[in-house]
Amino acid sequence: MKLLVCISQTPDTTAKVSFNADGTEFNAAGVQFIMNPYDEWYALVRACELRETLGGTVVALNVGPAANETTIRKALAIGADEAVRIDCEPKSAGFVAKQIAEYAKNEAFDIVFFGKETIDHNGSEVGAMVAEYLDLPYISYASKLDLNGSVATLERDIEGGVETLEVDLPFVVSAAKGMAEQRIPNMRGIMTARTKPLKEVPAVAFEDNAKAVQFTLPPAKAGVKLIQPDQMDELVRLLHEEAKVI
Amino acid sequence: MVLVFAESPRGQFKKSAFEAVTYGRKVADALGTSCAALVLGNAANAGQLGQYGAAKVFQVSDASFDTFDSQAYAAAIAEVAGKNGAKVVVLSHSSTGKSVAGRLAVRLNAGLVSGVNSLPSTQGNNLRVKKSVFSGKAIAEYEISSDVKVVSLMGNAVKPENLGSAVTAETVSVGASKGRIRVKSVKTQEGTVPLPEAEIVVSAGRGMKGPENWGIIEDLAASLGATTACSRPVADAHWRPHHEHVGQTGIAIRPNLYFAIGISGAIQHLAGVNNSKVIVVINKDPEAPFFKAADYGVVGDLFEVVPQLNAAIKKFKAG
Repeated sequence: MKLLVCISQTPDTTAKVSFNADGTEFNAAGVQFIMNPYDEWYALVRACELRETLGGTVVALNVGPAANETTIRKALAIGADEAVRIDCEPKSAGFVAKQIAEYAKNEAFDIVFFGKETIDHNGSEVGAMVAEYLDLPYISYASKLDLNGSVATLERDIEGGVETLEVDLPFVVSAAKGMAEQRIPNMRGIMTARTKPLKEVPAVAFEDNAKAVQFTLPPAKAGVKLIQPDQMDELVRLLHEEAKVI
Repeated sequence: MVLVFAESPRGQFKKSAFEAVTYGRKVADALGTSCAALVLGNAANAGQLGQYGAAKVFQVSDASFDTFDSQAYAAAIAEVAGKNGAKVVVLSHSSTGKSVAGRLAVRLNAGLVSGVNSLPSTQGNNLRVKKSVFSGKAIAEYEISSDVKVVSLMGNAVKPENLGSAVTAETVSVGASKGRIRVKSVKTQEGTVPLPEAEIVVSAGRGMKGPENWGIIEDLAASLGATTACSRPVADAHWRPHHEHVGQTGIAIRPNLYFAIGISGAIQHLAGVNNSKVIVVINKDPEAPFFKAADYGVVGDLFEVVPQLNAAIKKFKAG
């Protein structure tokens, strides 16, 4: 098995989000950055599990600057065998997808993994783009992935339910909750991660055609209006007359 | 032309399809062009999309589209968009839309913004659209500069409107499907509105103490015509099915009204619901962080408050 796991670096879930004065860039000062949780917990761990039972190689790939190497080493500590960093400042989903596709097109991966979305831009765009560049099937929001020879059975989250499907290798998948359980890297993993290969690859040109130009914070809530527990008629009245939602 | 892909899962349009057509028509009006809708596979009365503003409805009546494959769908949408010179393609930000949008953007060499929640503004030939980012903690405006543009519309971001009248769907054909996915089964909760589309959501958490107590939640939801949801610990403990789990690792929703009952309001949960228009929190702990994100709050024992609220709702509905 040759498995590629695309990992993104994002601000920590609990990070305070702020922007520079003119609202054009994220303010990274004092923010802790992490591996995008869905990439780590579900995509990377499932890829490692498949490698452990079937043999092969798990390659972790990040599109980003040298500062991302801490995150990449964590992927190696969790269990990836080698890593690739495509050296650049990623500016858009389209740009990132192009970089991944350029790298992957000659590598004959059996499965290309993504997390279901990143927790910063919440786009869920890159996996589908890469699948199209590589002309491969794409299964998004997969909560289960099993392999039997060259045939995979997957479950995929859909509105109010689950779809079960089969597809032959190779394919691209985005991983959601259920596909695997989070792993904490152990000391041996952390030690070996230091010496596992991490290759740097130059980025290819791509003209951005959709990118974030202005960030704002949502308007602050007015504050909670408390209603006494024995005044439910009053709550219903407020929801009807004031909030106009029932 | 603005082309709207109107999803018809299992032969039926959902509200999100009508929202997408309404949105597409408004974008078309702003650009001074027309709006057409595209239906793939079986759909009950495709021509009804005209009511929401589609001047034309194209339908590809090929049974291979009755099951979903992102590759086949993207190829078909791109083909129809290309033949008709579509400048903007609108999708729903659904499980289907998320699988197709990126593929379509690559095929059409188009800039993509997914999950938009308001109408675009124009900037010369460019479009500017807004969406929620950082799991609801900020709003970003994106500029799309390509000739052809793709956007996917967040559920409940616009209301379906009567902007036209029903038309006769025009049958069109596309190249043979390249789909390689074999769908084995689709299991959905019939008779309830799926969470991403629900306008009212009644959600409950660990404060419920056990799955056997969910009757009062279901009763309240039934009185409100709402869909039930739950927090992560509840789904993890299998008290409720996985597809009810809202929050960062579950699904993100934006209903008009969200009831959080016995849910403390961890940041990961808020990330999935903080775009709700109105939030009502019922919790016995006055220090529960959820009250900070709430519009209305009740500090009290949910086992007493919820039945009383249900009685009040029933009284209100009876009028």
